[in-house]
Parts: sequence; structure tokens; C-alpha cells
Amino acid sequence: MPEVSMTVNGKPAKGQIEGRTLLVEFLRESLSLTGTHMGCDTSQCGACVVHVNGRAVKSCTMFAAEAEGAEVTTIEGMAEPDGTLHPIQAAFQDHHGLQCGFCTPGMVMSAAALLKDNPTPTEAEVRDYLEGNICRCTGYHNIVKAILAASGQDVSRIAAE
Amino acid sequence: MYAFEIDRPATLADALKALGAEEAQALGGGQTLIPALKARLASPARLVALSGVAEIKGIRTGENGALCIGGGTCHADVAAGAGAYPALAALAARIGDPAVRNRGTIGGSLANNDPSACYPAAVLGSGAVVVTTNRQIAADDFFEGMFTTTLEDSEIITEVRFPVPEVASYQKFEQPASRFALVGVFVAKYAGGVRVAVTGASEEGVFRWSEAEAALSGDFSPGAIEGLRLSGAGMISDLHGSGDYRAHLVAVMTRRAVAAAR
Repeated sequence: MPEVSMTVNGKPAKGQIEGRTLLVEFLRESLSLTGTHMGCDTSQCGACVVHVNGRAVKSCTMFAAEAEGAEVTTIEGMAEPDGTLHPIQAAFQDHHGLQCGFCTPGMVMSAAALLKDNPTPTEAEVRDYLEGNICRCTGYHNIVKAILAASGQDVSRIAAE
Repeated sequence: MYAFEIDRPATLADALKALGAEEAQALGGGQTLIPALKARLASPARLVALSGVAEIKGIRTGENGALCIGGGTCHADVAAGAGAYPALAALAARIGDPAVRNRGTIGGSLANNDPSACYPAAVLGSGAVVVTTNRQIAADDFFEGMFTTTLEDSEIITEVRFPVPEVASYQKFEQPASRFALVGVFVAKYAGGVRVAVTGASEEGVFRWSEAEAALSGDFSPGAIEGLRLSGAGMISDLHGSGDYRAHLVAVMTRRAVAAAR
């Protein structure tokens, strides 16, 4: 069985894989990083979004072998080592941006990718960017609000609905 | 998924060598092929991932100002880097969702030739040239019907060369669940005439609407094709829309594309 090695959340990681091993399976099953969720397994829901070399990808639709040598960041890599939440995570907590929490890892990783490219997005740009992230609790309103707040914009006039 | 071996060559030469193996198949960004493998619609013995082949990625300006896009370039990079051809950049920016656009490639999309994919409309509508490891193929000769192209088994798309038009626009009527085109129309106006390519509609895959091209080449305005329509026969008919509905949409989206062209 071939071996793959990559950097995950700043630390070297390696393991045995099959050709068909998906990146999400390698992260969850080989590295026990179960924060990345497998929702639909058809690249529609976005619960499995991680960053590969700084870009958001759906880890259920990429083979682990293709991440050889890559820098991968998962939801576990977002908070500070002392547990201080990443500003996007803190904003999700402050603005009730999650209900059941299943979609949250993907939402946070997509939001982080958006804010990297577009530090102060409009509400429409946030909603557009989250096209590939599905929340079954239908919590989009507060998710969008949390992301706008994390970008440093005033959300006090956006009503909680 | 059935089990398979996976290769990740770093050069085109090694990729071609790997593709020479029994039952080997090229893997672009995987945004179509991986779901197909999961559904067991494909069962190659070996996949040759092209994502590590740097020489087929990137955007450059070619002869006569043509915009040349490497076959392994992802949609997000085309959206960001094809500013010289705004309609093409805009098309790339509306494929799938952001994470899909970071993986899916132009070469993969063209080789697959999904009847509802966006890129085939841009390639046919621009009269682009598809460059492979063996030859150069004119857009009019490349597409052979639903999920079928003239590509041979061990041929890799290395570059797509787009002549830049005076004005152009792609108008997509999105199927909201899949974000594929229910109908998409690409209109491009060149000094030598107008090209109109339609995706999502025909059971034969992407096609040129020659009556609209003739009318628009004389008078490039939405009014020039008012009343012009296609038959619903031979159009895709499914739960999202009948053939007649798609035929109607083609005319509507063509007029919108002409109005929006810049």
C-alpha cells in the first residue's frame, strides 16, 4: 500500500493509503482529525471543506494521494494552541451561527477562504460564496451575520431572525 | 469505489507514459470523475492524476492576441486570470461553487463534454483551438455528441487557445440544484461574423445555432433574432424542463447574451 505525506495544521503527517482513499477519509480515519465532516459524499454539502495549499476544496472529492507534499489546514488548525478561538469561530459563537453544528467546520473553512481573498465582503458576496455549503438547520442568516462580524463590519443593524 | 492504482506524475512525458498502461484513465480536477467513480459508473484499473503537471497550468497570450489557457488550469484561476476575455472569465466564475472551482479544470471539463457543462459553449462559441499532446483540434471538430469528443485514449489536452472577440457574453439559466446550465448560450462577435453556441439543450451536446449567427452577423442586436426559434425535437427533456421549454430558453438566453455582450 502506498504512503502519502503532507503537512496538516503545521505538523508533518503521513500514512498508508489506497489509490481510492479520499482526503477526508485520510484526515478522519488515519489522522483522527474528525472535525472535518463527511456529509453528502457527493461534493454538494460542503461539510468537508478544508484548505489545500491555501485554497478551499471539498475533501470528499479529492484523493489523499493528490495531497502529497501539500499544506492542509482543517478546522482543528484554526484555533490558537491555547484554545483561543479563531475570530471566525468566535463570531459563529457570538452570533449563534450554528445550531446542530454539523455544517460548521465547512462553513468556517469556506468563510476563512473568502475573507482571505475579500477581507470586507458584502452580504451578497458572503451568500454567493457559501453557494456550496449547505446548512440543514437553515441557519444561513446568522452564519452570514457571523462572517460579516468576523470581517470587522458592524452587524448591529442586522436583526437576528 | 472499486479499487484502483493512482499515479501522480510531475511531467507531461511521465503522464503519457503512465496513460499507456492497461485500462488507465486521466484524472483532471476530479469534480466529475470522482463522483462517477463513487457511483461505480467508471472502473479504471489505474488513474493518472494530472494535478501535479505544472507545465499544463497557467494562462498566456499567444499569437494574434489569443488567450491561451493550460488544460490543467482550474476554473478559479481562469476567473481571476482571463481578464483579457471578460466573458470567459465570467463563465469560469459561475461554474459550480468556489471549492469546486479550485479543483475542476478546463481540460477535464472539455474531455468529459457533459451536455450541460459551460466550457464547451465558450470553446465552440469562440472557435477556439484545443491543443493536445498529439495535435491541434478546431472547436468545430472537437465535440462529437453527449460525453463524446475526438480525443483518443492516451491524449491529454495541454492548452486551449481562444481568439479574443470584439464583444461576447455567456448567459446561463442555472439548474439551481446542480448549478449546471439548464440552458447556456455563448455569443461572441468577431470581425468575421458572430458565433452562437448552446449548451444544456440538445441531446447531441453543445451546438452552434447557425440561423441566429447569420441574423446577428448582419445586425448585432436582440431585435435581429426576435421571433427566431428552434424546434423542441432533439432537445433534452427531463424533470427540470421539456424539450420545448429548453428550445424557448435558447432564444431567450441568446437575446440576453446579445444585449449583455461587451
